[in-house]
Amino acid sequence: MDGLWFFVEALVGGLLSGVMYTLVALGFVLIYKASGVFNFAQGAMVLFAALTFVGFVELGLPFWMALAAALGVMMLLAVGIERVVLRPLVGQPPIILFMATIGLSIFLEGFAQAVWGSQVRALDLGIPDMPMEIDRVLISRFDLTAAVIAAGLVIALSLFFSHTRMGRALRAVADDSQAAQVAGVPLNLIWAVVWGAAGLVALVAGLVWGARLGVQFSLTLIALKALPVLILGGFDSVAGAIVGGLIIGASEKLAEIYVGALIGGGIENWFPYALAIAFLLVRPGGLFGGKRVMRV
Amino acid sequence: MYYRDAGEIRTTYRQDRAIFPIAQERRGMAVLLALAFVAVPLAADAYWLGSIAIPFLVLSLAALGLNIITGYAGQLSLGAAAFMAVGAYVSANLVLRLPWLPFPVSFLLAGLAAAAVGVLFGLSSLRIRGFYIAVATLAAQFFIEWLFTHVPWFTNGNASGVISTPPLALFGLSFRTPEMRYLLVLTVVVGLAFAAKNLVRSSIGRAWMAVRDHETAAELMGIRPFGAKLSAFAVSSFYCGIAGALWGFLHLGTVEVEAFTLHRSFQILFMIIIGGLGSILGSFLGAGFIILLPIAITNLAALFGGTLRPDLLANLELMVFGGLIIAFLILEPHGLARLCTVLKTRLRHWPLHHQG
Repeated sequence: MDGLWFFVEALVGGLLSGVMYTLVALGFVLIYKASGVFNFAQGAMVLFAALTFVGFVELGLPFWMALAAALGVMMLLAVGIERVVLRPLVGQPPIILFMATIGLSIFLEGFAQAVWGSQVRALDLGIPDMPMEIDRVLISRFDLTAAVIAAGLVIALSLFFSHTRMGRALRAVADDSQAAQVAGVPLNLIWAVVWGAAGLVALVAGLVWGARLGVQFSLTLIALKALPVLILGGFDSVAGAIVGGLIIGASEKLAEIYVGALIGGGIENWFPYALAIAFLLVRPGGLFGGKRVMRV
Repeated sequence: MYYRDAGEIRTTYRQDRAIFPIAQERRGMAVLLALAFVAVPLAADAYWLGSIAIPFLVLSLAALGLNIITGYAGQLSLGAAAFMAVGAYVSANLVLRLPWLPFPVSFLLAGLAAAAVGVLFGLSSLRIRGFYIAVATLAAQFFIEWLFTHVPWFTNGNASGVISTPPLALFGLSFRTPEMRYLLVLTVVVGLAFAAKNLVRSSIGRAWMAVRDHETAAELMGIRPFGAKLSAFAVSSFYCGIAGALWGFLHLGTVEVEAFTLHRSFQILFMIIIGGLGSILGSFLGAGFIILLPIAITNLAALFGGTLRPDLLANLELMVFGGLIIAFLILEPHGLARLCTVLKTRLRHWPLHHQG
């Protein structure tokens, strides 16, 4: 019986950490949906946002002021990226844009640490990290709070996409950017808004992950954790990011406990990838991804 | 107007197909090789040979390998360092476990092993394409790193996970001094570079480029995209594997996972972006640029008001790298190699002006 409770506990823990992956994956999905760019720099944006927030707090700003200021910086960054990187590269093949975001990611890592310093910083959001016990299963209160925050963010973004004028314009651009332009949707503004939204997601992810791991360089690596999530869920689906995150989180934890013990441990670095690729071979579009037809 | 090719008349198909059809280019290449084989070992000291020339050549070879899969066949790979690691570990194990095998054979087998691993991960390109391939190679990167740290057989049970490589010897020659190591690396790299240059001019290379430019169109023309991609994965990983073996034996003197992390994969990717995607020359230019840039930044910093804090310097370097990559992709997506071609064309016509 103990084995079963242990299994449930690992499963719930895995699902909750999967929500944390979803938080990062969302930023990728937003940008991919609206502009077809696979933004490798999302991880660097998470680091940049978290470092900026902590930097403002250290300058003596109160929590909400620092949050607003960091958000403002992320918006400025979004506009800057649109202006400097994306606009000159319009119409280039996706692989070139992808490599440009790799360059952007390197630049942001250096920039964030050159401005705010590269030492590890603690970040306290005031969430108690005491596990609580529900029916003999220990659940981290921190993970639960993070899950609630992520859920709130997803709902807010969904409402934004479906119920606002800007959201409709975004979806129009995602469907067919040329048709949207013909209908009078300003493409440059849309891209700046999308990158701004991705900046917001990066800030939230940076705060949650930073509170858990400390604000440091390794935050950029969680972007690599989000990749299998994206593959599993499909690059262009918000629902996919959620389901993918949950599947990856849970299976990674269970694999580490039940399989990792047999073959030497530390498999959480590659197991999600293996899972995602095995899945891809069966369904190349991901769980929720659209089917694409190749034409000459 | 450094040379004119007017008056050079090719009278046979053989001349037309030559690797350097223009006499001046042949001579230029001969001079360059003579400089590299004779003048550099005579003129350079141990620091320049051991810390700059050898890593430059080895990373050029790795960049060449990555350029074959990414630049020529159009499949973005983020796992170049992993295939280097396969080459390094296999060669180290062969040399240590089968000491009677001459090392060129061990290196060749190591390259073939890397090629086999490359094909294994390349098999996923049967079903998936684009970014998904990049993620599959990322999986290769993480899995191979994990494999070599967690399976003790590869490191002969060594607790630190580091294999010290013995000095290489062949036909009574010992490759121990920087000069000898440099000459060996140079020989291998030059040989493989010419092989690559010929390969990309052959039907195989043209198939790679056709698949890169439009997969469906290539298929309609009778090229099997899957075969083309797999052969590109194999050749690319072979080159990376040889580069890994050279890195372990002739540069570091040790084989360890630390030398072949994701960071290295990205470094090699930056080399080909800056040097030139789909260019053999570009692989060398890019490697030289990426290796010399940090040295240049340090020296520049020393020039302007003393020394910078090392962490700030490292961050500044990241910013310069990132900025340069974006700048190159925007301004000159074909990299330094393209700039060279433009310069050459200009020089050939100068001072005359080409109308139209």
